[in-house]
Order: sequence, then structure tokens, then C-alpha cells
Amino acid sequence: MATTSRIEVRQNGPLAAIREFLAKVLADEEIASVMAVSNVRGAMMPTVVTDPEKLSAVDPFAPAFHLNAARQVARLTRGEMEGHMAAVLRPCEIRAFTELVKLNQGSPHNIVLIGVDCYGAYASRDYHAMTRANGSKSPDERTLEFMGKAPSGGLEDPAATPPVAQACRVCEHPSPEGADIILGLFGADASKEMWAIAKTPTGEGLLNRLGLPDADSLEARDRAVEEMAARRLAALEIMNAQTAEKISTPEKMADYLADCVNCYNCRVACPVCYCKECVFVTDVFEHEPWQYQGWARKKGALRVPVDTMFYHLTRLAHSSTACVGCGQCSNACPNDIPVMEMFRLVGGRTQAAFGYEAGRDPDEPQPLSVFLEKELAEVTGGVD
Amino acid sequence: MEEFEPTIVAFVCNWCTYTAADLAGTARMVQSPNVRLVRMMCTGMVDPKYVIKALLSGADAVLISGCHPGDCHYINGNYKARRRVKLLSEILTTVGLDPRRLKLTWIGASEGNEFAETVNELVRDIKALGPSEAASLGAM
Repeated sequence: MATTSRIEVRQNGPLAAIREFLAKVLADEEIASVMAVSNVRGAMMPTVVTDPEKLSAVDPFAPAFHLNAARQVARLTRGEMEGHMAAVLRPCEIRAFTELVKLNQGSPHNIVLIGVDCYGAYASRDYHAMTRANGSKSPDERTLEFMGKAPSGGLEDPAATPPVAQACRVCEHPSPEGADIILGLFGADASKEMWAIAKTPTGEGLLNRLGLPDADSLEARDRAVEEMAARRLAALEIMNAQTAEKISTPEKMADYLADCVNCYNCRVACPVCYCKECVFVTDVFEHEPWQYQGWARKKGALRVPVDTMFYHLTRLAHSSTACVGCGQCSNACPNDIPVMEMFRLVGGRTQAAFGYEAGRDPDEPQPLSVFLEKELAEVTGGVD
Repeated sequence: MEEFEPTIVAFVCNWCTYTAADLAGTARMVQSPNVRLVRMMCTGMVDPKYVIKALLSGADAVLISGCHPGDCHYINGNYKARRRVKLLSEILTTVGLDPRRLKLTWIGASEGNEFAETVNELVRDIKALGPSEAASLGAM
């Protein structure tokens, strides 16, 4: 049976307990660094920590999610590394990292993935508004307040002030299944205990060396995960139906994207938008002045910048099969275009078309990287 | 009223379908004049962007045609094309394009007949279907 340990939470609360746990991880002879979100100058950002003293600023449960760290983890693992790094990540960060590994942009060697049971996070704008409004609260206090409120599911109600981000409200993967070790919060009374659950031999090896007490039953957690997944799937279905209606014709799709200013923030924020250089910033799209005049004459009026629809459809073609639904595209949009909604809908369909699910299994090849000799007969009218 | 004349952009592979198209021409087979042929070295190099751009720029349909499975000059380009067409078809139908506007066929070098028939049939289908839903979008 896989190792399941108990992380005891004492008087000083769950954040102190998790820092203590990570200090033990960092002290392990095979671990050279811990990567986790820290409070850096008031902002919650991923940090690579080597000095145990600096773990006091670490807060993996903060309800802030300014970037999907999968891209950073990929960069940190590609090539030679000094020792192992233990990375504390959200489930969607692990799933995005899995996709990057498939693209050879990151490596699963020399890294121990510690996944947190994820209640979600606020959209960055909501988080900043909240910190401004409650300036007197410390970041730790804000995290603890969030941990108190989140388990009931109340923050998933769009009427909450504020609710967690839309992407989190429809996230059917709150449990970090691809992790080596799960930091279990679901179903636990976080004022008393949390769990560390080993899911792989790597995780088990590390966890056994930490010498933590065994946990009793995880039944409460299993039940909580099941309930959350069911609730989120129901919400996802409703959202998908609404989005399908909103983009059901090219005209409606154009309305949907009308506020897009081609800033390409969504692609920068996307952890799985994999090209090293995006074609949309190359000379291919440096049109000549006379071309604009020609297009304008054809229609009577030309919206500039051009290629907005082209950009979004191309990104759907490139990245929707690898979309893990982290919602950073919507988080990064300066004009509140529901990019995530579009990707969840289309990604759901394109992934289903190939029987694929992004982030599910590191051994499952990306659908556009392989083919079978006999398949998809419907594409060629029954001829294969 | 004048009959609707669809514009069809066809990406055809150099080794099979382009040769078939050539054969159809030299054999003076009757073909609808609505197709704009783009000769590619292989259907495997038909970037999804080419298809999207064609449809956004006023094409009423896109035809991609290459070698029969097993006959690809580059071993497996046509299999890759098939996956890309499946992917594009999922995306384009979600935004309301009729699936008949994107067609993939296998036409070998000696099948001039087959090429002329495919073109005539597609033009007939698209005429019945009417102008593309995306035609008004232009450069949005």
C-alpha cells in the first residue's frame, strides 16, 4: 500500500505546518531546492528556494494565481540540473507541465512534483482589488481566511464577493493526480491535520524518508474529491452549453472577439502555447500598406488591427488539444474576453475527437504528433 | 438572378492529385471552373492556417487532396493531413461552418476521372449550400 502520512497542524496553523513540512523536504539529502509560491514584495510568485529560512514566505495555498508555473518548471528542468527540485504546484500546473514534457520542453527527471489539493484562486484583478480593500490584512491572514471559506464551495457561487475565477469554478480536476506526492486538504480539518499522499515510487521514497506519522483513513478526502468533481462537471456542462450558443456562427464568434486588440497576452500567459516564436509576430503578418487599403475597399470599412479571428482560430488549432483549462488566458486578457470559455468548449471537443485528455497521462502522445494507418474514416467519406 | 458561383480553394499534392488534375485537363474532361488549385509538395504540409485563411478570405470551401493511404511520396504525410482535417473540422463546425466546406479526398495520379468528378460534385454541393457563413468576416 502506498504511503500516506499525516501532517499535524498545531496552534500556529496550516501555513506553519506546510512550511515545516517543506523544510523537511528541503533537508532531504536528494532535494536541492523547493519551488513554491512565495510572497515576494507583496506579490504571490513562484520561487526556487534553497535556504530553509526563506521558506517562511512560502504559501502554496494563497488564493492568487498570477501565472501558470508549468512554463517555469519546464525551463528549470530542461537539461542538466544540480540535484532534485521539489516543485509545489496546482493540479493544472502539473497537467500543463505534463504536456510540455511531451513536447520535450521540460523533463520529468530530477523533479519531484508535490501537488496541492486545489480550491482554486481568485482572478488576478479580483485578488488585487481585495488586497487593496483589506490593506491591513497580512497575506497569511488572507490565505487562512480563504482556506476557511473555500471548503463549503461557497466561493464557487458567482454571486460571492468575489468568487474564485471562472476557470476554477468549472475545474473537474481539483485533485493533483499526476503528482508524486499530494498535499491533501480536501475533507481534512485544516486546523488539525493535512495529508501527504505518495502516488509514485519517487514520492513514496521521499515521503518515507521524512519520517512522518501514518494517516488513518482517506475516506473523507475521497468523498470530498468526488463531490467537488461532480459539482464542477455540472457547472462545466452549463458553461459549455452557454459558450456553444455564444460562438455558434462566424458572426457571433466575431462579436465574441470584438474587444480583442491583438495584444496576444492570452498566448503569452498560456502554458501550453508551445511555439518558440509565434507566427503572428513574424514577417508573415507584416502586411503592406496597400494590402490594408485593398481590404478596406473590399468591405467599405476595415477593422484594424486585422487577423483577430485568424489568430484565435489558429491558436485553437495549435493549443486546444493541449488545453488544461487553467484559465490564465482569461486572466491575462485586458478586455475581459472569455478566452478560457472558448478553449474549454473547443478543447473538450478536439480532445474528445482523438480520445485524448490533456495532462492525463505522460505516456499518452499528443494527438497531432501521431497517426494510425486506419482511422478517422469519416473524414474522407468512409474511405481509409 | 445570377446563379451563385462558389469559390473553392484546393490544396493538392504534387505527386498524386495534382498529376490527376493535370490528367483531367489534358484529357479534356469537363470540370467546373470554380476551383483554384494550389500545388503543395504533400498534403502533410497543408498548415491549418492555410485552410483558415482561405475560409476567412472568401473561399466557400476548401478541398485538400493527396495520395491514397500507403502511397504518400513522403511515406505518411497524408495520415498527418487526415488528423489535421479532423481537428479543423471540430473547430470550424463549433463556430458554425458547415462541415461540407472542408473536404479531404485521396486521388491517385492516374485518377483524372476521379478528380473531375470530385470537383464537380463538390461544386454542386456548395452551390446547394450557398455562400460561406464566414464570407462576411473578411479581415476581422
